Amino acid sequence: MADAVLEVRGLTKRYNQALAVDGISFSVNRGEVVGLLGPNGAGKTTTLSMLLGVLEPTAGTVRIGGFDVFQERTRALARTNFAAIYAQVPGNLSVFQNLYIFGLLYGVPDLRVRVDGLLREFELEPFRDTKCGLLSSGEQTRVHLAKAVINAPELLLLDEPTASLDPSAARAIREKIRSFATHGEAGVLWTSHNMHEVEAVCDRVLFLSHGRVLLEGDPKELPRAHGKHNLEELFITVAREPLSLELE
Amino acid sequence: MNATRIYAIFLRQMFLLRRNGTRFSNIFVWIILDVVMWGFITKYLNVIGNAGFNFVPVFLGALILWNFLVRVQQGIMLGFFEDIWSRNFINLFASPLTIGEYIIGLILTCIATSILGLAAMLILASAAFGFVLFQFGMLLVPFIAILFVFGLALGVFTAGIVLRLGPAAEWIAWPLGFFLQPFAGVFYPIAMLPGPLAAIAMFMPPSYVFEGMRSSLFSGAIAASSLWIGFGLAVLYLILAYLFFTGIYRHAVRKGRLVRFSAEE
Repeated sequence: MADAVLEVRGLTKRYNQALAVDGISFSVNRGEVVGLLGPNGAGKTTTLSMLLGVLEPTAGTVRIGGFDVFQERTRALARTNFAAIYAQVPGNLSVFQNLYIFGLLYGVPDLRVRVDGLLREFELEPFRDTKCGLLSSGEQTRVHLAKAVINAPELLLLDEPTASLDPSAARAIREKIRSFATHGEAGVLWTSHNMHEVEAVCDRVLFLSHGRVLLEGDPKELPRAHGKHNLEELFITVAREPLSLELE
Repeated sequence: MNATRIYAIFLRQMFLLRRNGTRFSNIFVWIILDVVMWGFITKYLNVIGNAGFNFVPVFLGALILWNFLVRVQQGIMLGFFEDIWSRNFINLFASPLTIGEYIIGLILTCIATSILGLAAMLILASAAFGFVLFQFGMLLVPFIAILFVFGLALGVFTAGIVLRLGPAAEWIAWPLGFFLQPFAGVFYPIAMLPGPLAAIAMFMPPSYVFEGMRSSLFSGAIAASSLWIGFGLAVLYLILAYLFFTGIYRHAVRKGRLVRFSAEE
């Protein structure tokens, strides 16, 4: 496991009697894009929240770049970053101001140069001084992704990053993230409900159901291995009849 | 503690103030109205009192110092509320930022805003009503220090309450300073309060400031020990408020309230 940038062991989250995440273990290696899939309520966002240190697990450990998220929080979180549809940057600050503030929080060197580079890379230069709340949802997504890579994280967590994008913009973003993983030696954990996207981008997928990892494997081979035509069909089976897969 | 991350929190608030006239004017409008209203009341009292007693330093001085405390409290709260209103908690606390750095960033912000507010009150009170703050001499240092530290304690405490109860608890935060005002002896000596209320005043750091202010004006003497007690109490409350806030934060992380904050569970 020398290559693993994220190591999750026995991660569990219980809310009173409800078990949201049930002892899951997995890892993400450098240069690898891993899809975290599952129906609504399967435990994906709860898992991501624990990886980001904003939700304390009932049991288990999370290590990012070798550092425990809850024991060595600052060191671990300096090596990661994220973009999620439910965590928008403040709409009353401009694109530049938001990127600058988050760059300071993540201790980015040569920050002004880095922010200018990201504005170019994500085609945000025309909106440099525009308040984020005035941007279209696609433009906001690009800002969130620029924020997510500002510290060149070893681990990038993406919760449905292309959900509000048109197909052309979504493809461009997928290519960017894919290239970020392969060229930057970073690991990416990606949640999405778009199975075509997952097949195109992910090296490996984990299917969550009722807080447990039900299936794991190559998204191109996994459907065939379970007698399905494609990943979408497999997803629907996970959502509707998870027991049929558990019994295989 | 990382100075760059603390600066990030401070800079975020400064960006907001710089670009928004409504926010910026909030630092001045209410306190200026207060000074104008109380300035004329004190002038009127001076007239009907046949100049036998100068009400300006007593009432206007008390009002300015009390408003300073309230501004400090609200300076912390407003910075915290900005992150509630923009749903920014996850972005902040999923970064390497620590809770201590976050609070110090808010404190720096409130130093800047409360000094601006204090300066505006002093300039107006001096120009329009002949108030001279420096009549208190070096006593100003402990007066301001006690009120500042206690204002921080109130601000951090109220932020903790809102973090625990959710955005709907915002209404509790605004008037908290005014709930304490009757016990602080701002406009009258503590001796005017009935026994049990006077006992409460002994635990209120501002009461030592306002008693000291009157004592210095009327007799020219003040017991340094009472100011030390006031300062010690203010520091104690700030430590307790910090522990309260960090405890609430850890509870929120454990129970999942931070990620579902707006749901007000």
